[in-house]
Amino acid sequence: MLNQLKEDLLSGSAEKYLNKLFEKIEKSKLNAFTTLAKESALIKAREFDKSPWQGKLAGLPIGIKECISTKGIETTCSSRILKGYIPPFDAHVIEKLKNAGAIVIGKTNMDEFAMGTSTETSCFGPTRNPWDLDYVPGGSSGGSAAAVAGDEAPCTLGSDTGGSVRCPASFCGIVGLKPTYGLVSRFGLVAYANSLEQIGPLTNTVEDTALLMEVIAGHDWRDSTSAPIDTISYLPELRKGISGMKIGIPREYLGKGVDSKVEKAIWDAVAILENLGASWEEISLPNTRYALAAYYVIAMSEASSNLARYDGLRYGLRSARDENWHTTFSEIRSKGFGPEVKRRILLGTYALSAGYYGRYYLKALKVRTLIKNDFLRVFKTVDILASPTMPVPAFRIGERINDPLSLYMADIFTVPINLAGLPAISIPCGFSGNLPIGLQLIGEHFAEDAILRAAQAFEESTPFHNLRAKEAA
Amino acid sequence: MITKEDVKHISWLASIEINENETEEFVEQFNSILEYFHQLDEVETETIEPTYRVVDLSNVFRTDLVLKSLSQEESLINAPRQESGYFKSPRIV
Repeated sequence: MLNQLKEDLLSGSAEKYLNKLFEKIEKSKLNAFTTLAKESALIKAREFDKSPWQGKLAGLPIGIKECISTKGIETTCSSRILKGYIPPFDAHVIEKLKNAGAIVIGKTNMDEFAMGTSTETSCFGPTRNPWDLDYVPGGSSGGSAAAVAGDEAPCTLGSDTGGSVRCPASFCGIVGLKPTYGLVSRFGLVAYANSLEQIGPLTNTVEDTALLMEVIAGHDWRDSTSAPIDTISYLPELRKGISGMKIGIPREYLGKGVDSKVEKAIWDAVAILENLGASWEEISLPNTRYALAAYYVIAMSEASSNLARYDGLRYGLRSARDENWHTTFSEIRSKGFGPEVKRRILLGTYALSAGYYGRYYLKALKVRTLIKNDFLRVFKTVDILASPTMPVPAFRIGERINDPLSLYMADIFTVPINLAGLPAISIPCGFSGNLPIGLQLIGEHFAEDAILRAAQAFEESTPFHNLRAKEAA
Repeated sequence: MITKEDVKHISWLASIEINENETEEFVEQFNSILEYFHQLDEVETETIEPTYRVVDLSNVFRTDLVLKSLSQEESLINAPRQESGYFKSPRIV
């Protein structure tokens, strides 16, 4: 789709296309976008129409999640504490997008500081699911997913700490990839839980995701966890097929707790992959049951440390009162953070505090080793794993927001992948009523090529990526 | 069990003021979340090393080159209060 759009823009008008997008966004009920970069984007589009430039993404508009720094465009992480913050620099991925010729059209809504599964905790209000406005789009990159599924942007970037790209991709019926930890630079990504998170694309097709990955992946010295890999190419072998590929189905990712329609859609998908020449076997990841607890202990601990920087001193909310520093900071943080962010900072502070470090944080890091080892062991016998992305289809807005633990539970199949640092993609594979279901394909470290190839083969033999959400029309 | 006093103490450590209603709500929620976390206790981890990072990179060096950084003006652009090219903080002592 992106390649087609690229050609269309060359023979037509980028400005006209952008104006149509902005018009749609401004009339939209989705609340997918928070800030529009209308002026700067239209200037770029006019320049492009006058003398088109080359590049993998030449002239293509893209939406960017609120937590990725964009020079000159407000970046708030959908939190009151960062309202008005305008980054003086671009994230590494934004530099790469611009170098490839893309045009940033605006910022997309998210759960506050990426802490959520539903995009309901944003200070800009909830984003709605384009397939049914009463339902959540998933989270935390809900705005990025709804924008693509609602035809308000041809592609977007999100970030994934425990499923935040894959969950909304699944709930909105589009493609979303979480890269191997270290493949995409985190420079300029506002940190929530830095040992877990990666920036990833959300698109309509697998090919579009492969294209965006070729642009944003690669080494960056400003991120000390960035892998020393320079050239990345997925497109040439994308259509090589999956004949002979061995797929593992994790026993623990199906059955109890999984919606029956979701389970059926996954088995149907496995049958399709088998028809395409792959073989499958059931495998076991025995420590899966501990993944959620380990994930939340680690994520909350890292959050309590990362979010200590919000003191209203260098940017963001500032108190009118000017008392001693502790009172001033505590007041700013009290007003600036929403309930879920407070919950996670406080629980993380507790888990790291004297006397509890060993019981919670260190323990969770050891369990993380066991979970990682489960994956490394099964990848000795299979090439990729297939599972549901989410145990359920999208739920209603308001249904789970008052019960944090029930929201956390929805992340059961996405968080183990972040704990192990593996790549995983969610692609549409069916419906429950009018709500999409996502298939998750998981690969070995840096084996994005294998899961992209399987996803491409699946997409070519299924109609799901061509079906449009009600609100897309 | 976490008590109201515990929650107040943690909120002081985290520098987040919370009111009475929030405190009560957090006591209840924290206890149920921590109870869920306690399932980690059943895992045998005596001989297991912790995973701090998933990719095996350590001692990452770069060439010692002087590169352009943000100017003082750019660095201060978002500061709610500033004076003579500095961030202005509340009183410390």
